[in-house]
Amino acid sequence: MGKLKLIIKREFLAKVRNKSFIVLTILSPLLMVGLFSLIIFLNEKNSEEIRTVAFVDESQQLASVFSDTEATKYIDLTALGLEEARVKTKEFYYGLVYIPKSDSLVNLSKGITFFSEDTPSLSLLSEIENKLEKKIRDLKIEQLHVDTDKIKAAETAIEIATENFSGEKSSKIGSILRMVTGGGFGYLIFMFIIIYGTSVMRSVIEEKTSRIIEIIISSVKPFQLMLGKIIGNALAGILQFIIWAISAGLILTAITYIFGVEAASSGSSIGQMNPEMIQQMQASSTNDLQLVLQEIKNLPILTMFFSFIIYFLGGYLIYSSIYAAIGAAVDSETDTQQFMMPVLMPLIIAIYVGFSVIENPHGPIALGFSLFPLTSPIVMLMRIPFGVPWWQIITSMLLLIITFIAIVWFAAKIYRVGILMYGKKPSYKELYKWLKY
Amino acid sequence: MKNILTVENVSKNYGSFTALNNVSISVPEGSVFGLLGPNGAGKTSLIRIINQITLPDSGTIYLDGEKLQPHHIQNIGYLPEERGLYKSMKVGEQALYLAQLKGMSKSEAKKKLQYWFEKFEITNWWNKKIQELSKGMAQKVQFIVTVLHTPKLLIFDEPFSGFDPINANLIKDEILKLRDEGASIIFSTHRMESVEELCDYIALIDKSNKILDGKLDDIKQEFRTNQFEVGLISENKEELFFEIESKFKVQKSKNSFNNDLRFLIDLKNGETSTDLIKYLNNKSQITHFTEIIPSANDIFLKAVANNG
Repeated sequence: MGKLKLIIKREFLAKVRNKSFIVLTILSPLLMVGLFSLIIFLNEKNSEEIRTVAFVDESQQLASVFSDTEATKYIDLTALGLEEARVKTKEFYYGLVYIPKSDSLVNLSKGITFFSEDTPSLSLLSEIENKLEKKIRDLKIEQLHVDTDKIKAAETAIEIATENFSGEKSSKIGSILRMVTGGGFGYLIFMFIIIYGTSVMRSVIEEKTSRIIEIIISSVKPFQLMLGKIIGNALAGILQFIIWAISAGLILTAITYIFGVEAASSGSSIGQMNPEMIQQMQASSTNDLQLVLQEIKNLPILTMFFSFIIYFLGGYLIYSSIYAAIGAAVDSETDTQQFMMPVLMPLIIAIYVGFSVIENPHGPIALGFSLFPLTSPIVMLMRIPFGVPWWQIITSMLLLIITFIAIVWFAAKIYRVGILMYGKKPSYKELYKWLKY
Repeated sequence: MKNILTVENVSKNYGSFTALNNVSISVPEGSVFGLLGPNGAGKTSLIRIINQITLPDSGTIYLDGEKLQPHHIQNIGYLPEERGLYKSMKVGEQALYLAQLKGMSKSEAKKKLQYWFEKFEITNWWNKKIQELSKGMAQKVQFIVTVLHTPKLLIFDEPFSGFDPINANLIKDEILKLRDEGASIIFSTHRMESVEELCDYIALIDKSNKILDGKLDDIKQEFRTNQFEVGLISENKEELFFEIESKFKVQKSKNSFNNDLRFLIDLKNGETSTDLIKYLNNKSQITHFTEIIPSANDIFLKAVANNG
């Protein structure tokens, strides 16, 4: 047991002290933060810029539409006439909205044109379009002598609430939340297996090429060495993920702190709206937040947590021992190609199946791949947030554990023989022979 | 004399290939035991079995009278032929790690390492990475790691490969010193001159069978051919040679010194060296007279050839 600890410690330190590990661990969060800050910064910059848009309203009916907003100021150039207004706009303003004269309300919407130097911003165009549409609609309603209050009373907003048969409320937000958590967990395992499985394989190849392997296994059992390597690398990986999680948390808080203040200050423009609207908005936003919280509470968090640990361990151990066996079988990393494909295949299939599982979490494909042990760590984790019967989870875990034991046994055999073989490019037939040594 | 290691009827097969066929050897305590054989004979297979890296298909091994068990690892020091160290690990750290794997405590390992590092004058390497060292330098570190835990049995597989003559000599002296301090040594090599210098006992393995073993002196005795090299001073060499040729089985030797007449004489059964000297003494002045003792190299070649 003491020797296993020594090996784990060495493998962990060798990994953690590696320059690329340090760079990746520190740089990734910084890079992410940099990228996010850049996006946010550019967004802010974009919205800070105030555009001035001129308009010429020859119909004399729509000028009231053009009230200033946060990002846009409107200037009435009707008095100048179209030609002069165009010249002036070209020189000073962002664009010009031209509304031609019209004989009736029906034709009012025709021939409205936006002149500008560059292609105009789509959001600005649709904003103006919306405003005009609404105004013209109001005018038409007025002309038809329909009571606007009655129309307002007839308007409804609908959101369908969903509920399952055991009475738990669910919602669209809920399904999204399930997709995100399930998909996130599955993807996390996928990434971890690939990154740290490969790292185990490299470490085995390094011992082979540096020829230290025979010295080590004259002191410890090959199985101990393999296990120590797998655990040591996993610990380094977990450390990396923890560092990322903590720094992501810190950075997120920092960002929300810095930008949160600004958001609040820009929120003061709400004051210009009428109090009724504000009330409505607040009510709906607290409602949403409550719903999300409610949904989070509804997730089978405990099941998710424990099954994440079991599937994570099972999946990682299975795949990293296969990686270790591959590393032992070859002489250099370039020889690993022919063995890598069959290993990556089930992982990639699992991710693809995972996406369809999110659409239909209880279909036959979802069930099959969440029981099959080479894909279950990813697929089952994606299913669990949607609620999976206990017998399925237990069957899947049992299959996982049995496969884990079998694969580690096979891998250890190949590993034991392979680490002492040099200069042979092994075929599958050769590997099969090693199992019998 | 007590045996530190006894290998009894060990066989090992890899699939249909037989690596060792019923091999038995005994290594006497406090001796240097040469394990010889051509490439692919099965030496490394046997050494790996002794180190418990692989298990034999059949047969038993005893270390110091006990049946070989996992805990015996700490009583064995092994320097494999295929050897190396972690390239990006520091020398001191690496040596400590390997020593601890052999069951030493950290403080004990540190103390002993200090002793050896001072002895080899390499204390300033402690914080260097292996990749910064030359091959010979790394080999020194490797030697230290092998002997650090003062094992009862040391196994060196081609220990001198990679060393320059000066360092090879240093290592040779250290090996002999370790033997004098009570360690027993198994020494596997192709270099027969080092066998001659170092080994007390040898075993010869060829095509997975042991074909010869025993005390080196005894084996040499056994392989004696009763051949003598003789040097004579004579005015008329050709005539003298013809005369001797008529009485003995003679062939000319190339090692003539100071223009003397040198030749090799094979004595037949019943003829003794005393008779020969008497005969020659009457003919001419003798400048040279030695028995040709077979070298380890000769024995090696002859035994392997006989094994067909």
